[in-house]
Amino acid sequence: MDHILSFLIFFPAVAAVFGLLISNQSIKTYAISVTAIEFLVSLLLWSNFDMAASGMQFVEQIPLIESFGISYYLGIDGFSLFIVIMTTFMTMISIIGLTEERNLKNLLASLLILEMTMVGVFVALDAVIFYVFWELSLVPMLYIIGAWGSGQRIYAAVKFFLYTFAGSLIMLIGMLYIAYLFHQATGRWSFAITDWHLLQMPLDLQIWLFIALAIGFAVKVPMFPFHTWLPYAHGMAPTIGSVILAAVLLKMGTYGFIRFSLPIFPDASVYLMIPMAIIAIIMIVYTAMVAFAQEDMKQVIAYSSISHMGVVVLGTFALNSEGIGGSVFLMLSHGIISGALFMLVGVIYDRRHTKLMSEFGGLATVMPRYAVIFGIMLMGSVGLPLTMGFVGEVLSLVGFFKVDPIMAGIAGTTIILGAIYMLNLYRESFFGVVSNEKNKGLKDLLPNEMAALVPLTALVLVLGIYPKPILEPINKASGELVNFMFYKAKNSLESNERALMMYKNAPEGMTQHIKPTDIQKIEQSVVDHKATMARLYEYNTIFKGGK
Amino acid sequence: MEPVVFDLQALNLNTILPMLMVLGGAVFILLIDLVKKLDKQFYVTVSSAFLLAAIYMLLDIHISGRGFFDVMLVDGIAVISQLIILVGSLLFIPLALTGFRFKEFKFAEYFAFFLFMVAGFQFMVSSDNLILIFIGLETGSLAMYALIAMHNRQKSLEAALKYFTMGAYAAGMYAFGSLIFYGVTGSIEIGTIKSVLEANNFEHLALVLLGTTFMIVALGFKLSMVPFHTWTPDVYEGASAPMAGYMSIVPKIAGFVVALRLFDFLAMADHGVVQMLLWVAAVATMTIGNILALVQDGVKRMLAYSSVSHAGFVMTAILMGTTQAHVGMFLYWALFMFTNLGAFAMLWISRHPSKQYDIRYDHPYTKFAGMVKIAPISAVMMGMFMLSLAGVPPFAVYWGKLYMISAAINSDHLYLALIMALNSAIAVYYYLKLIVFMFLKDPSQNDGTIYYTNGTFPLKLILTIAALFVIASIVTIEPLLGFIQDHVVASGF
Repeated sequence: MDHILSFLIFFPAVAAVFGLLISNQSIKTYAISVTAIEFLVSLLLWSNFDMAASGMQFVEQIPLIESFGISYYLGIDGFSLFIVIMTTFMTMISIIGLTEERNLKNLLASLLILEMTMVGVFVALDAVIFYVFWELSLVPMLYIIGAWGSGQRIYAAVKFFLYTFAGSLIMLIGMLYIAYLFHQATGRWSFAITDWHLLQMPLDLQIWLFIALAIGFAVKVPMFPFHTWLPYAHGMAPTIGSVILAAVLLKMGTYGFIRFSLPIFPDASVYLMIPMAIIAIIMIVYTAMVAFAQEDMKQVIAYSSISHMGVVVLGTFALNSEGIGGSVFLMLSHGIISGALFMLVGVIYDRRHTKLMSEFGGLATVMPRYAVIFGIMLMGSVGLPLTMGFVGEVLSLVGFFKVDPIMAGIAGTTIILGAIYMLNLYRESFFGVVSNEKNKGLKDLLPNEMAALVPLTALVLVLGIYPKPILEPINKASGELVNFMFYKAKNSLESNERALMMYKNAPEGMTQHIKPTDIQKIEQSVVDHKATMARLYEYNTIFKGGK
Repeated sequence: MEPVVFDLQALNLNTILPMLMVLGGAVFILLIDLVKKLDKQFYVTVSSAFLLAAIYMLLDIHISGRGFFDVMLVDGIAVISQLIILVGSLLFIPLALTGFRFKEFKFAEYFAFFLFMVAGFQFMVSSDNLILIFIGLETGSLAMYALIAMHNRQKSLEAALKYFTMGAYAAGMYAFGSLIFYGVTGSIEIGTIKSVLEANNFEHLALVLLGTTFMIVALGFKLSMVPFHTWTPDVYEGASAPMAGYMSIVPKIAGFVVALRLFDFLAMADHGVVQMLLWVAAVATMTIGNILALVQDGVKRMLAYSSVSHAGFVMTAILMGTTQAHVGMFLYWALFMFTNLGAFAMLWISRHPSKQYDIRYDHPYTKFAGMVKIAPISAVMMGMFMLSLAGVPPFAVYWGKLYMISAAINSDHLYLALIMALNSAIAVYYYLKLIVFMFLKDPSQNDGTIYYTNGTFPLKLILTIAALFVIASIVTIEPLLGFIQDHVVASGF
C-alpha cells in the first residue's frame, strides 16, 4: 500500500504505451480492462482509508529537485479520496460507452494518458507536481477535441488550450511567489502544499495571491466571465471528450480552491467570500437562462454544467463545513450526472447525427429505456430529492444560507431554472407524437450503452437515498479544513499581537529604527485576523459546541 | 632591448588545452585532406572524437584561473559555457550524415571550418580581455559565414552575405565600445575596467554609457536582440536546418557570457541606466520576437523568431543580477539546446536537397499536415519539442522557465515576471499551430515519405537523444543545477 498512489498515476500511462502493441480489434477491451483495474485499485484506496485519522494518508515523498524544494509528494484526504475514485470510475464508464471507431488506438492512448494527469492533479501535494499534471492534462484533451470532434473542432480545441494555459501561467506566478515568501520566512525552498499551509501572510498580500491562483482555477471551473471556451469545447468535442471534460476536468478548478485557496489564504477567502459568491450567483442565474435559450441538447447540458459549478463555488465560499462538504459532494454528483447526460446525448447523436431539439419529439415512444434513464438523470441534474444531485445542491445552499439568506435564496433559483430548461428539453424531445419520420426507426439502447448507463443510474439513486458513507468522510475533512482556517487566523493574530506587545514594552531607544508604517501594518493585520475569526465563528456551528 | 622571459609554468597551458584539442582536430583534417580524399563519415567521426576529447579535458583537468599573461580566464562560467558549446557541436556534427547528398559535406574544409568556429567561441567565453573576446568572436563568426554559404543555394549565399554585413557592422560597434572603455579606464580587461570604474564611482558616466550602448548594439546583433534581429529569419532560412539550430544556440551562449561579464557590474551600478536599457531591450526582444513568430507560414522562420524571443527571455537574467538568475540562464540554455536542436533536426530529416516543398518555403506548416497518421513517432517527437519550447511541463524548457520566472520574482522584478509569463502564453499559440497541423488536420496529398527520406541512423540517434532528454529532463535538473550552481558561484556571479 506504500506506493498505491504512484501506481494509480502511472499505471494508465504505462498501459497506454503497451497499448500501442495491441491490435485494433481488441484495443477497446484492453482499455476497459486497464481502466477497470485502475478503478478497482482506487476502491482499495477507500477500503484502506483510515476514516478516524486526520490529515493526509498514503503519503509518498521523494525529493526531485532538492536545491529548489521540489519533491514528488503525494497524498490524499477525505476530499481527494472520492474525487479520485470518481475519476477512475468515470474514465472506465466513458470507455465502456464509447462508440467512436476512427483511429481508436490513438484515442484510447490519449484517454489513458489523460487519466494519468487527472489522477495526478488530485493526489499531488507538491505545487509543482500539481502544476505539471494540471498543464499536461491539456495536451491529450486538445488532441481528443481537435481530432475526433465535429464542426469547428480545431478552433474549439485551441481556444480551450490557450485559455487554460494563459490562466495557469498567472497561477504559476502566484505559486512561485508563495514559494518565495516561504523561502523568506524559513530560509528553505519548498513547494509542498502542506508546508505552505503553515505560512502566515498579511491580508493584502493574501488577496493578491488569492486572485493570481483564482484566475488559474476560474478558467478551469469555468467561472464567469472566463467561461466562454466551455460551450465551444463541449459543442465540438466527441462524446467521450465531453464526458471527461464535464465529469473530471472542471472539478480540477473547484478542487484547487479547496486544496490551495482556503487553507493558504484564510483571511483573503473570508474577505473575498461575498465577491466570489456574487460571481457564483451570476454563473448560476445567467448561464441557466442561456441554457434555456439553446436549441442544441448538448449546449443545454454544457451551460447547465456551468450553472451547477456555480453552486459548487458558492458552497465552497460559504466557508462552513456544510457548504464545503456539500460542494465536494456536488462535484461528485455533477461528475456522474453530467457525464451521464453527455453520454445520453451522444447516444442520440450517433443515431441521428444531430443534437437539435427541434429534430426530435416523441422519443419516449420509440426509445423507452433511453427515455427512462434520461429522465432519471434529468431529475438528478435538477436536484430532485432522493437523487444524488439533491444532496450536494441542498447542502451547498444551506451552507450559504447561514452566510446570507438573500443571496442563498437567489442562488436557490438554480433548482427552478434548472427544472425549466431541463424539462423543456425533455418535453420537446421525448414527449408528444413522433413528428419526424427519421425518428421512427431509432433503436433503443445497445448493450454496451446499457452497461455504461445502468451503473450510473444506480449510483445516482443509491447515493441519493443513502449518501452517508461518502458524505461522512467528506464532512469530516471539511470540518477539519474550517477548523484549520480558524486556528491559522488565530495563530497569525497571536503572533502579531505578541509583536505589538514587544514593541510597546521595549525601551524607547530600541524602537526608533522601526517605521511607524510597519507598526500600522501589524495593527491592521490584527484587525483583519480578528475579522476573519469572527466571521468564521459566525458561520460555523462546530465552534459553538455543535458537532 | 629587454629579453622576453618565458616561464612555461606561468603560461598555464592547461587553460587552452580544450581549444588546442579542437584546433588540432581542424588542422588534422586539413592535413589528411592533402594526402587523401575521404568521405564525410570519416570527417564526422574525427571531428566528434576531437570534440569528445576536448570535453574530457574540460571536465577532467579542473582548470581554473588565468593563463597566457592573464589574457585567458577560465572560470566557472567559462567551463559551463564551453561545455554547452562542445555538447551542442557534438550533437550537431552527426547531422551531416544525411541520407541525401548535400554538397557542403563533400569538402573536408567544411569540418575544418566547423572546428575553427568552435574554438573561436571557446576563446570568446574564456577571456575577460576585450581584444581576445573580439578575436574569438570574429574567428567564430567568419568561419560561420563560410559554413552558411557552403550550403550552396541562392538563399544561402544571400544569408551568408547578410549575416556577414551585419556581423561586420557589429564588429565595428564592438571596436568603438572597447575603444571608449579603454579611453575611460586605460584597460581592456573587464576586471580592471570594473575596478577602475567602481573606484572613481563612474566619473565619466556619459562616456561609459556611450561605450555600453555600443557594446549592447554589438552583442545585440549576435544575440539577435530587437531591433537588431532583422537578419535572423532570413539567415536561418538560408542556412541548412541544423546550422540554423546551431546558430540559435552556440554563438548566443558565447554572446551571453560576454554580456554577463561586461554588463553585470554596469547593470548593478547605482545609476540604474544600464539596467533600464537592458530591461527595455529584453522585454522588447521577447515580445516582438513572439508577435512576429505568430504570423509566420514557414516553420523555420517561426523557429527563428521564437529563438529571438527565447534570447530575450534569457537576457533578463543579466539585468536581474542575482546568482539564481545567472544559474537559471545557463540551465535554461542547456535545456533549450536539446529541444531546439531536436526541432531543427526534425526539419532536417524532412529536407530534400534540390526540391523545395512549395514555391516559397522548404518547411511550411502545411507540409506537416496530418503527420501523425503517416509518421506517428516523428510527429509525437516533434510535438514534444514544440510543447517543450512552449514551456508545457514536464518537458525540458519548462523547468528553465520556472527557474527564470522564480528568479525574477525573488529579485523583486514582479512586473518582469508577469511579462515573461504573458509572453509564454502568447508563444504557445504558434507552437500549438504546428501541433494542430501535425495532429488535427488531415494529411495533404503527399505520400508521406518526405518526412523521413533524409533520415539515417545517426540523425535518428541524435533525435532520440534530444527527445529522451526532453521527456526525462525532470531527473536531470537536480544534477545540472548542482553543477551550474557550483561553477557560477565559484566565478563570483
